[in-house]
Amino acid sequence: MRHDIVIIGGGPAGLAAAAAARKAGIQDILILERDSSLGGILNQCIHNGFGLHTFKEELTGPEYAARYIAMVEEEQIPYRLNTMVIDINEKKEVTIISRENGMETIQAGAVILAMGCRERPRGALNIPGYRPAGIYSAGTAQRLMNIEGYSVGKEVVILGSGDIGLIMARRMTLEGAKVKVVAELMPYSGGLKRNIVQCLDDYGIPLKLSHTVVNIEGRERVTGITLAQVGPDRKPIPGTEEHYSCDTLLLSVGLIPENELTREAGVKMNPVTSGPNVNDRLETSREGIFACGNVLHVHDLVDYVSEEATLAGTNAAAYVRRTQESGDSHTVSLRAENGIRYTVPQSMDTAHMNDQVVVRFRVADVYKDRYISVYFDGERVLHRKKRVLAPGEMEQVALKKADLSRYPELKEIVFCTEVE
Amino acid sequence: MSEMNYDVAVIGGGVIGCCVARELSRYQLKVCLIERDEDVCSGTSKANSAIVHGGFDAEPGSLKARFNVEGNRMMGELAEELDFDFKRNGSYVLCFDQEDMPALQALYEKGLKNGVEGMSIVTGDEVRRAEPSVEDTVVAALYVPSGGIVCPFGLTIAMAENAADNGVDFQFLTEVQDIKRAENGYELTTGRGKITAGIVVNAAGVYADKFHNMVSGEKLHITARKGDYCLLDKEAGGLVSSTIFQLPGKMGKGVLVTPTVHGNLLTGPTAVDVEDKEQTSTDAKALESLMEKAGRGVKNIPFRQVITSFAGLRAHEDGDDFVVGEAKDAPGFFDAAGIESPGLSSAPAIGKWMAEQIAEKTGAKKKDSWNGKRRGIVRPELLDKEARAELIRQNPAYGTIICRCESVSEGEIVDAITRTLGAKSLDGIKRRVRQGMGRCQAGFCTPRTMEILSRELGIKMEEICKNAPGSEMLTGQK
Amino acid sequence: MEKRELICIGCPLGCPLTVTIDGEKITVAGNTCKRGEDYGKKEVTNPTRVVTSSVPVDGGEIPMVSVKTREDIPKGKIFDCMAEIRRASIKAPVHIGDVVIHDCAGTGVDIIATKNVAEQ
Repeated sequence: MRHDIVIIGGGPAGLAAAAAARKAGIQDILILERDSSLGGILNQCIHNGFGLHTFKEELTGPEYAARYIAMVEEEQIPYRLNTMVIDINEKKEVTIISRENGMETIQAGAVILAMGCRERPRGALNIPGYRPAGIYSAGTAQRLMNIEGYSVGKEVVILGSGDIGLIMARRMTLEGAKVKVVAELMPYSGGLKRNIVQCLDDYGIPLKLSHTVVNIEGRERVTGITLAQVGPDRKPIPGTEEHYSCDTLLLSVGLIPENELTREAGVKMNPVTSGPNVNDRLETSREGIFACGNVLHVHDLVDYVSEEATLAGTNAAAYVRRTQESGDSHTVSLRAENGIRYTVPQSMDTAHMNDQVVVRFRVADVYKDRYISVYFDGERVLHRKKRVLAPGEMEQVALKKADLSRYPELKEIVFCTEVE
Repeated sequence: MSEMNYDVAVIGGGVIGCCVARELSRYQLKVCLIERDEDVCSGTSKANSAIVHGGFDAEPGSLKARFNVEGNRMMGELAEELDFDFKRNGSYVLCFDQEDMPALQALYEKGLKNGVEGMSIVTGDEVRRAEPSVEDTVVAALYVPSGGIVCPFGLTIAMAENAADNGVDFQFLTEVQDIKRAENGYELTTGRGKITAGIVVNAAGVYADKFHNMVSGEKLHITARKGDYCLLDKEAGGLVSSTIFQLPGKMGKGVLVTPTVHGNLLTGPTAVDVEDKEQTSTDAKALESLMEKAGRGVKNIPFRQVITSFAGLRAHEDGDDFVVGEAKDAPGFFDAAGIESPGLSSAPAIGKWMAEQIAEKTGAKKKDSWNGKRRGIVRPELLDKEARAELIRQNPAYGTIICRCESVSEGEIVDAITRTLGAKSLDGIKRRVRQGMGRCQAGFCTPRTMEILSRELGIKMEEICKNAPGSEMLTGQK
Repeated sequence: MEKRELICIGCPLGCPLTVTIDGEKITVAGNTCKRGEDYGKKEVTNPTRVVTSSVPVDGGEIPMVSVKTREDIPKGKIFDCMAEIRRASIKAPVHIGDVVIHDCAGTGVDIIATKNVAEQ
């Protein structure tokens, strides 16, 4: 079996990549989805706030997904549900497994990785205490509630102020649960400001920054937890413990790109993003393997996932059709420093770039009235003041071909923050 | 269950109780095993180092020494027979200081006396050639090639299933409240009625003293000694290939670092005596000290990749040795008490010896029909491509992956639920097929696994428990 | 004259707004777009929210369908709406935009489906 483009994952990234690849003229596309429907995690994100950028209107997660599913259906792009990819190798052979067809191997002309991310579990935090029922990652609870229709708890404490945790604080409150507190280890929230307003403030749910769970009680089901304040070293401060009785602890403590398959394909990984390193075409270190969406780096907004995936789809199409510009390439590396944690992409080919390349990145801490600066081999070419920068909110800068063309010898582009 | 009569009643469905039950099932005896929880392997047996010790550590002449060395020898064949995961990966005991060399030598000689085979003392460089992650400060080590690693759930569950297949009755969710001498043995009062038995085997872990003291004047006293552990992602599993112990020295008793049979890296345990015999909560300070101690012997342990931490209890008896055999003043009451480390390694030998004693006492004959073989749950991931494809053709449920991290299919989960002594809870499934034991710790597969449990057992989603009743996962319909 | 500091929830930008209430006259500062001005004015006079939830589907290929208020409703009516939503269900097939509840809790706003659910 052979397909020009095999897309792994039928969530927002995979769908947008497929639509773009078709638009770029590729007929033979296959989307592989492990779940029983397309749409990915958007299916359980029933809240609104999606699509303002892409569709200029505010949609819920399922509505946003439906728009892209409709594009895929209209274009009759083939997809396979309930199909799990168990291996991708360096030759772009994709091994899949399904109930209907058993084991199959597909030779892909190009692969687009769009597997998304998973939630960081309790174990990764080493939270001490018992291991009873009633400890859920926020997304698992979200699925059980919104898709399956069950209630997971009545008295709830949430650790972590990531967006899913905030959304679930509101969701559980609306369904009649008492959300007692949201605790956040860091001195700032990991979620969007608007979600703190409309999910916590609206319902009088306290947010305790610089706090963490230091004990979990209950042998069968959670009966309570202890919170403590943490110092600048993020270690609990003795004497600050506060007990909360609850039957449920939700964890919203971070997302990790799901790159097990990527590693098997021998792709170079980035230790900061936990995703692959990519160039401006979103191609990984393996020729013809592209990545987009949360598998590349965790996004806050699905709109940007779609945008990124569109680029990956278009470039994968160009790769398959061999319509990439030929001629010598000129690779420039992108580096993050001084308050910026990473950039995506990590390198670009200025000889063959599009008119502009959007570079996305996150800052390392909350900064007020700081500048984002970009240096071309030591020369500052951008100096943009921001009132607030926060790690929970992705930033972006567009690099224009017109500007870059004036630096033919350019080796490195550095992104950093500056106080002045 | 109202009133029931047995030749032998085994109290406790841990590794010891299950090994005893399986060995007893060879004989023409009516045997039951009584377990407080909903599944076997729910207490001490589920949370330990998962090590099959060489047997060099126990005092020569002790029961620990004898059963450990014998259990170690039995393990390979048993793993074949009962289809559980066991690997003889060898172990090293690290010595950090020339001053401690006599202690290392003493350990070697203790091992010789205990009958441990193949040991040698090697230099620090030799250890590091075999295990490059071992610290540069290590000057020498005791190498024990017979040391191994085992899946404690696999061992216990395999024993239990085989016992059940050979006629042993398992009474779950049955807590023994009282034991009295009766005319021909003992009467056990349980939460679900009375059980009488000619012979009682006390394999109740940290509670073995309580049951022993109900019938014997020679009192036992068991202290629950808690040990915390950290389990690391499979990515870290290759850091060491042998089990790495530390020789107790100036810095106190160290902790071990070992691969598990499933390819994770495990480190622990700490040791704290606890009052409460249900105290299995992990402790921040203990985990911190554990990581620090582990780092003394093995370099660059990536503690960022901890996927879970847990705590288990060792049943430590004041006499510092196993208490195995018939209580002197309580005929027909057989103890397997104080079974702390190396209990897991010793379990098969204790089971065999205990069953032989009971057979001798009762004059029971062996069954003609006994079948010691047990087929484990098929793991498609380990099959070659053609075999796996064929398996899916025969049963499409093997083509649906439920747990992504450990690549566990629906077919395996259904097998875990529907086989002999099948899983009734999420933890039961986890211990049989590793669903939810991977790096996402059941984030994705919990809802799917609950649906399968609900369907296969014909129970409502709201009734599904993590383990025993009271650990319901859901609090109702929305 | 009263001043209120708000965070705009109109989009993920989350602009910090300063709303000045001087009798009838309300002015908004700190917003980046018109949406922010609207939000600021509304928030100090009649704050509203979109409410989302999910309801059971009879005979659907999946058990639940997600729903929302077609428009934003007064904040004070959120729990009244939820009470009605919790009693509601709908028959498959369901299409995005199908009305699940007419005029929910006297707000004049319908509850509509936000997902397509085919029949089983």
